[in-house]
Amino acid sequence: MSLTPLVYSQWMGCSWDFGSINVALEGLLEGGQTKTPKPMKTGTTIAGLVCKEGVVLGADTRATSGEVVADKMCAKIHYISPNIYCCGAGTAADTEKTTDLLSSNLTIFSMNSGRNPRVVMAVNILQDMLFRYRGQIGASLILGGVDCSGNHLYTVGPYGSIDNVPYLAMGSGDLAALGILEDRFKPNMEMEEAKELVRDAIHSGIMSDLGSGNNIDICVITKQGVDYIRPYQESEYKDKRQKRYKYGPGTTSILTEKIVPLELEVVQETVQQMDTA
Amino acid sequence: MCLQESLSNVSLYLMCLYLHFTHRYYVSSKTINKLIQVHDRIFCCIAGSLADAQAVTKAAKFQISFHSIQMESPPLVKAAASVLKELCYNNKEELQAGFITAGWDRKKGPQVYTVALGGMLLSQPFTIGGSGSTYIYGYADAKYKPDMSREECLQFATNALALAMGRDNVSGGVAHLVVITEEGVEHVVIPGDKLPKFHDE
Repeated sequence: MSLTPLVYSQWMGCSWDFGSINVALEGLLEGGQTKTPKPMKTGTTIAGLVCKEGVVLGADTRATSGEVVADKMCAKIHYISPNIYCCGAGTAADTEKTTDLLSSNLTIFSMNSGRNPRVVMAVNILQDMLFRYRGQIGASLILGGVDCSGNHLYTVGPYGSIDNVPYLAMGSGDLAALGILEDRFKPNMEMEEAKELVRDAIHSGIMSDLGSGNNIDICVITKQGVDYIRPYQESEYKDKRQKRYKYGPGTTSILTEKIVPLELEVVQETVQQMDTA
Repeated sequence: MCLQESLSNVSLYLMCLYLHFTHRYYVSSKTINKLIQVHDRIFCCIAGSLADAQAVTKAAKFQISFHSIQMESPPLVKAAASVLKELCYNNKEELQAGFITAGWDRKKGPQVYTVALGGMLLSQPFTIGGSGSTYIYGYADAKYKPDMSREECLQFATNALALAMGRDNVSGGVAHLVVITEEGVEHVVIPGDKLPKFHDE
């Protein structure tokens, strides 16, 4: 009788290479003249809470690249499935791609099985994937959704740890937002009260954290459907454009024009017959 | 990072844990569950990196289920502990997680096994682990008696946890205890303020 993996060879088909490749590359680049580009991080405040009728997720909309705001209207609440949405903090590209991948996987699953995926399934898929990459994928996610077993809110860390919680805040502004949530959260809140609480939590993150700012997005998921309110509240500190910066055709005068026809010859031609029988 | 303790008794056995997971220098969760059920009558206490521990227990849960289906009978606690040990030992460079596996099976009754960081597997009548365990080795050695009743076991575990939480700065929050017997599994939760106090002002 052998207990050790009868089906998979080592760590359930897992390889540790993903983490080590990045570390090796970093070593190569450090020594040379090239420097790795600074990834666009969503210094962020995201928050979520479970209320009586569903789940409320909230996020700010600022994306920073170093000390510059790269995107003032960044969408941090990503669609996963009709009943599951995900807020992402950390490296913007990582959260986008990870949630996209998850969404595709779950769509295929829904088509195959004919049912909406459960939140816990999404969480497990994310956990497996992030753990394999040993923290190299900088994505801290808050997953919220409503399925047949109730309203759920999960957090997934960049190393692959998960936790099931009734309320949560993540990102660089998490401590500020958590203060508000800890003070006013009650189980089974009414929808309006819950939306106000999430708004206040994100607002406090925006005020106290440099990496968070601009508008507040709210996403409300209930059994009946999803209400993605973008923006729920606009920032008071919007600046007005001074002029029109669009230029009509003819603004730049054309001095000379030269047309050169390109001589192309056919080098190779392949014909593939399509079987439409 | 967390304190784990398990006791073995003739007809029952108990496992208790703290919930307190620290990330950077703040408490990211006061209510993390560190007692993970890997089979009907087998539980696992986790210590170390949360991500590593959760991934290992997931893989172990799968392998133990599969093993149990192949053997057409519930797994032995020793088998479950071995699965964890294999995972920890074969991946010792990448992992940083320790476990206490405990449960009940028909062959040997209640048992406790500890799987350390590098993959060492030991069977013991009772064991403690985690960062807070260093503060209660004396207490545990002095107060443990074999063949305690269920109430005595619960009291012993609660006292030990309270003492460790009182001294270790990274342990705290809520205490979870699980009582596993042939009949079933009972989950006892004691919030921090209901724990016994020892010279606390």
